Amino acid sequence: MAANFDVVVVGAGPAGSAAALVAARAGLSVCLLERGPFPGAKNMYGGVTYARILDDLIPSWWEEAPVQRWITRRSTMIATGTQAVTVDVRAGDWSKPPYNGATTYRSEFDAWLANKAVEAGATLVTSTTAIGLLRNERGAVVGVRTDRPDGDLVAQVVIACDGVNSFLAKEAGLYANFSSEHFTLGAKEVLTLGKEEIDKRFGLVDRQGIDIEMVGVTQGVPGGGFLYTNLDTVAVGVVVNVESLGKSKFRPEELIAGVKEHPSIAPYLRGAELHEYSAHLIPEGGYNSMPELVADGMLVAGDAGGFCLAAGLFLEGVNFAIGSGRAAAETAAAAIAIGNTTKSGLADYRRKINQSFVMADHKKMRRAPELVLSDRMQTQYAELICDVAQGLFTVSNPTPKPGLRAILRQERKRRGVRLRALVRDGITSLRTFG
Amino acid sequence: MNPSFEDRMATVEFRVDTEAHIVVDNDVCKSCTTQECVTACPARLFVPTSEGGILFNYEECFECGTCYMVCNKEGAISWSYPLGGHGVVMRSS
Repeated sequence: MAANFDVVVVGAGPAGSAAALVAARAGLSVCLLERGPFPGAKNMYGGVTYARILDDLIPSWWEEAPVQRWITRRSTMIATGTQAVTVDVRAGDWSKPPYNGATTYRSEFDAWLANKAVEAGATLVTSTTAIGLLRNERGAVVGVRTDRPDGDLVAQVVIACDGVNSFLAKEAGLYANFSSEHFTLGAKEVLTLGKEEIDKRFGLVDRQGIDIEMVGVTQGVPGGGFLYTNLDTVAVGVVVNVESLGKSKFRPEELIAGVKEHPSIAPYLRGAELHEYSAHLIPEGGYNSMPELVADGMLVAGDAGGFCLAAGLFLEGVNFAIGSGRAAAETAAAAIAIGNTTKSGLADYRRKINQSFVMADHKKMRRAPELVLSDRMQTQYAELICDVAQGLFTVSNPTPKPGLRAILRQERKRRGVRLRALVRDGITSLRTFG
Repeated sequence: MNPSFEDRMATVEFRVDTEAHIVVDNDVCKSCTTQECVTACPARLFVPTSEGGILFNYEECFECGTCYMVCNKEGAISWSYPLGGHGVVMRSS
């Protein structure tokens, strides 16, 4: 005998829990399915949560969310093997409510958000994997099959928040343009260092935290490195294009070691001990490679929908997961209310997403993945920027100062960087980030 | 100091299922000249054999999906998630 719900949400990550919370508050019966033993067990990231999207869903969320540290210092570092140019931003506003970014352990944050859905009336079922879709004679999705005996769950709407590998979206035929070139691997080490040492080494107090994003530290494999602080641990890792990683024959842990050994990073991590190693895929294709989001009886949100910005300057995902999960639940509730959960009845989801920050940000950043992962950005420009900065600040008396323009011209010529390409990429950068 | 790979994997909790969630068809792997899974898998689960095939162990899998993404041999890797409650459990990540 199958269990019946208005909505079955698959995956209790940020997208799924936000969807379950909103659907339950709308008065729907909701089953929130999670294959891990607890929400967050299967999740890792790299690793800042921007949670202002929760402001009206969970007022004063910052007073109760399990936050490690608040990001009050955001650094962007462009590096070569022996050089680094860093833009270091500190903002006092980021250390007080409503804050900006937070570091969290996903086992804690995801479990907290899932519990909010439970408090709103959703039924959380853990340790249960959705193994396929249930369909009616017309092919519409009417539920999911789980790996439990008699574990069919019937629903008017299935919201697939089953992550970057979304088997449900694939089964529903929504991943027509699937290509592995649009995915990156995140691999990370969480290192024990102790709160006092972290505060001292990174210039932080209380719950202040730092997030350093790096380009040019991944041995020529397109991607980047990151380091951020938790309360008494530091997370350091890489995000690299999966196809390029395979061809490079570098191992993920070797790339992490390269970041840790970089002369700008190594002193921060001296004596730190490995606490937990982890890895996860990221949908990094952005706006130009998103799957379809709506099928008869089904909506897709979070990583499963390709909502993730990993575009150099900005690295966000949890916020888009929550935003898309919420829009999916609102759409499902309206469709159920009028009794039309077909593809056309659920079409409003696409409109809602398009009108929200979820798609606005992705559309604005649509050129970013290609630009940031290009060899010019990854190697040529990183070297150019570092050499120009080094030239500018090197005092080589008795030779007089060469001047910035002369250094720029000389380094550009030496590296064979064509002015036209530089100007073109500059314009693309302005249109993307400006 | 970087730990040995064994020590590295020992920092991760795995609730190992009795059945493998990923199955590798060694006959297909033998015809693969690149075997990118060997280096790309963050858990080093794909080990080349002297016969030119792949020895695969599912037990310490992050369930990330990198292997099937880099694999260019149709049918070499059958990939699914472990049964509910099994597999990797990350706590501080």
